[in-house]
Amino acid sequence: MDFDLADEQSLFKDAIDKLVQKEYGFEQRRRYAAEPEGWSRRVWSQLAEQGFLALPFDEAHGGLGYGPVELMLVNEALGRGLLLEPYLSTVVIAGGALRAGASDEQLALWVPQIAAGELLVSLAYLEKQSRYNLADVATRAELRDGEYRLSGTKIAVLHGDSADRLLVAARTAGARTDEEGISLFMVDADSAGLRRRGYRTQDGLRAADLILSDVAVPAANLVGRIGGGHALLQRASDYAIAALASEAVGCMQAALEMSVDYLKQRQQFGAPISRFQALQHHAADMLVEVEQARSMAMLAALVVDDVDEAERRKTLSAVKVQIGKSGRIVGQLAVQLHGGIGVTEEYAVGHYFKRLTMIESQFGDGEHHLTKIAAAGGFVSVTP
Amino acid sequence: MNFQPDPADQAFREEVRAFLREQLPVDVAARNRRGFHPSKEDELWWTQLLYRRGWSAPHWPVEYGGTGWSPQRRFIFEEECFLAGAPPTCAAGFSLLGPVLYTYGSDDQKARFLEPTRRGEIFWGQLFSEPNAGSDLASLKTTAVRDGDHYVVNGQKTWTTEGHYADWLFCLVRTDSSSKPQRGISFLIIDAKSPGVTIRPIVSIDDAHTLNETFLDNVRVPVANRIGEENAGWSYAKLLLEHERAFSAEVPRNKRLLSQLKHIAALALDGGARLIDDPLFSSRIAEAEIELRALEWLTLRALADMDHGADAGRPVGSVLKVRGSELIQKIGALIVEALGPYGLIAYPELDFETLPGPEAAAGKTADFLYRRAVTIYGGSNEIQRNIIAKGFLGL
Repeated sequence: MDFDLADEQSLFKDAIDKLVQKEYGFEQRRRYAAEPEGWSRRVWSQLAEQGFLALPFDEAHGGLGYGPVELMLVNEALGRGLLLEPYLSTVVIAGGALRAGASDEQLALWVPQIAAGELLVSLAYLEKQSRYNLADVATRAELRDGEYRLSGTKIAVLHGDSADRLLVAARTAGARTDEEGISLFMVDADSAGLRRRGYRTQDGLRAADLILSDVAVPAANLVGRIGGGHALLQRASDYAIAALASEAVGCMQAALEMSVDYLKQRQQFGAPISRFQALQHHAADMLVEVEQARSMAMLAALVVDDVDEAERRKTLSAVKVQIGKSGRIVGQLAVQLHGGIGVTEEYAVGHYFKRLTMIESQFGDGEHHLTKIAAAGGFVSVTP
Repeated sequence: MNFQPDPADQAFREEVRAFLREQLPVDVAARNRRGFHPSKEDELWWTQLLYRRGWSAPHWPVEYGGTGWSPQRRFIFEEECFLAGAPPTCAAGFSLLGPVLYTYGSDDQKARFLEPTRRGEIFWGQLFSEPNAGSDLASLKTTAVRDGDHYVVNGQKTWTTEGHYADWLFCLVRTDSSSKPQRGISFLIIDAKSPGVTIRPIVSIDDAHTLNETFLDNVRVPVANRIGEENAGWSYAKLLLEHERAFSAEVPRNKRLLSQLKHIAALALDGGARLIDDPLFSSRIAEAEIELRALEWLTLRALADMDHGADAGRPVGSVLKVRGSELIQKIGALIVEALGPYGLIAYPELDFETLPGPEAAAGKTADFLYRRAVTIYGGSNEIQRNIIAKGFLGL
C-alpha cells in the first residue's frame, strides 16, 4: 500500500489542478453557467486536449488506460473548482457503463469521439417511480423489423440537454422491477420521437427529462447483452460513487479552507472571530470529517474494480454513506461559519454546500446504502 | 498511490495468527475479551511469552530488542493480539517510557531498565496528572528539590493506571518554578517501593480498581534516576505522547467491540427475535461499521506516513483520537442497548455465570461505563479540537 503520489501521478495532478485554477475561478464559473449550454465548450476542449476525457478508457479503444487512482485525482480537482462540464455524466457514468458492456467495435467507434470532446453521452436510467432502485425500469423496447423501438419517460438525466447521445435503459423483458430484462441502447439525441426538456439543477448543473415515443434504434446500438443491462447500470453506479466521493472531497477541502480564511478575516467584538472556541471547534470537526471522507474516497479507488462483487458493492455503499454524512456536516458548518453571506448566491461557499447536498441524493443516499450494508451483514465478523 | 495491500503483510498476519492459536490459552483469551480489567499476572505472563519469541517490544529499535517491523506490521500484530484476546502488555512501560528511555536515557539507565522491561520483569506506572493539573498539565506542582545527589520529591499525582501493579514509576516534577511552566519540569524514574510513596485506589464507575492516586511525601530519588537534562522533561513527555499518534484511534478495540455487538444482536434476546433483524437497529450497527472502516483507512494512511518518517501535513493524532474514542463510546452504548435488561446487571468478574443472561453480557456494561474516560484521557477531545484548530488550522 502506498499513499504517496508516484511521479507520473504528481504530473497528472499538477496538470488538472493547474487547469482548474486557471479556468475555474468563481467569477469565471459564473460566466460559464450563463453560456447557452450552462457550461463551457472551451474548457471541455481543454480537458480533451490534455487527455482527461480519455483517461479511464483502454488504450486499445483510443483511451489512455489509467486507473481509479488517477480518476480520483481528477475528480477531486473538479470538485474543488465546482466544474459545470459534463465530466461525471459522459466520462464517468456513461463511460463506465460503456466500458463495462460495450463491444470492442462500439468502443473503438465511440471512445475516440468522447476523448476528442466531440461526443457527449448521458445515461438515462432514472424514472419518476424508480428512486434509487436501478432495476426499476418501465421504459420498454421492442424489436420490430430489425430495429428496436423505445417508449417511455426518463427524468433528471444529467446533462441530458446537451448530450449528443443518450444511453437509455429500457425493458426488453420481465416485470417493472426485475433485474433481468433491462437492456441499454445508445440513442441519437435527434432521433424522431425523442423529446427533451432541459433544466437547471440546484447545484448549477444541468439535467433533462426525456419522453421517448416509439424511438427507432438500430440493433447495432444495443450495448451489452440483451436483458443484461442491470449489471451495466450497477457498474456505472460503482464508478459514479467512486467519482462522487473524490469530487466531494475536493468540495469539502475547499469549503474548509474558505471557512478558515473567513474566520481569520472577519472581525466582531473587536477581534477576528477565529478567537472564539465554539467556532474553532466547528472548524476542527470539519477537518475531521474531511479526513474521514478522504480515506473513504481512497478506499473507493481501491475497490471500484474489485472482482468480488459483493465486497465491492458493500464497500462502495459504505463510501457513499460516509461521503454523504461528511458532506452534510462540512457543507452546513461552512455556511454557518460564514454567517449571513454563507446563504448568498454571490459567495462561493454556498455553492459548495449545494453541490455537497446534491451529491448525497445521487446514486443512493445514506439511508439507502445503510440498509444495503446491514442486509449484507456488514464488515466485521461476529464473535463473542 | 497504490492502495493494494502488500501480500507479504498478509502472510505476516497469518504468522501472527498461527502464533496466537498455538500460544494463547482459550481461558485467558475468553477472560481478556470479556471487558474486565486485565490482571498483572496475565499481563506479565504474556509479556514473558512474547519475549521468548522476540516480540515483547516490537516497536523499539532493533538494538534495544525491537523487531524492526514497519509500523504497518506492528499495527497488524497489535490488532491480531487484541482481537484474539491476548492480555495487553504494560502500556506505560512499552509505549510511553520505553521510547523516552532509549532516546534520552543514559547508557546506564538503558542497561538497567530496558531489558528487564522487555522481559516482563518490571511493571511501570505513569505519574503525570495531578488533581489540579489535568488538561493544563504544564501547571503541575509536584516539586523535586536537590539535596546532594538526590532529589526530594513532594506532591500528589493522580490517574495512575495500574499503579498498584507498578514496580517503578516515571514522574514529571517541577525543578524550577521561576521560569515558564513548561521549562521547569524534569523527568524522574522512581522506585515504587521508596519510602514516602503511597499508592491508593480510585474506584472507577465500573466498580473496578485500575486507577490510583499516588502521594509522594519526601521521597528521595537519586539524581542518577533523572532522564535527560534537568528542566527539559516537558519536551520528553511531548515526544512520548507523539510517538503513538498513529495508534490513537484504537482500531483493534473498536473492531472487537463491534464484533461483540454483532454477536449480542444476533442472540434471540427479544421474545425469540434477534435485534440484528430489526432494520432500525441493524442500520445503526452498519453506521458504526462504516465509521470504523473510514477510521481504519485513516490509520493506514497515518502508519504509512510514520513509515516514511514524513510529517503528515495534518493533525493525524488528534483526528484519530477524536474519532476513535467517540466510536468506542458509540459502540459501547449500542452494546448496552442490545443487552436490554441484562445491561442492568452488575456482573462480577468471577462467578458471573450464576447471574442470568447470556455469557456475552458479562463485563459489557462495566466496560461501557469505564470507557467514558476515553474522550477525557490522553488530552480530552476538546483539547484535541483545540490542537487541530490552533496548531493546524492556525485559528
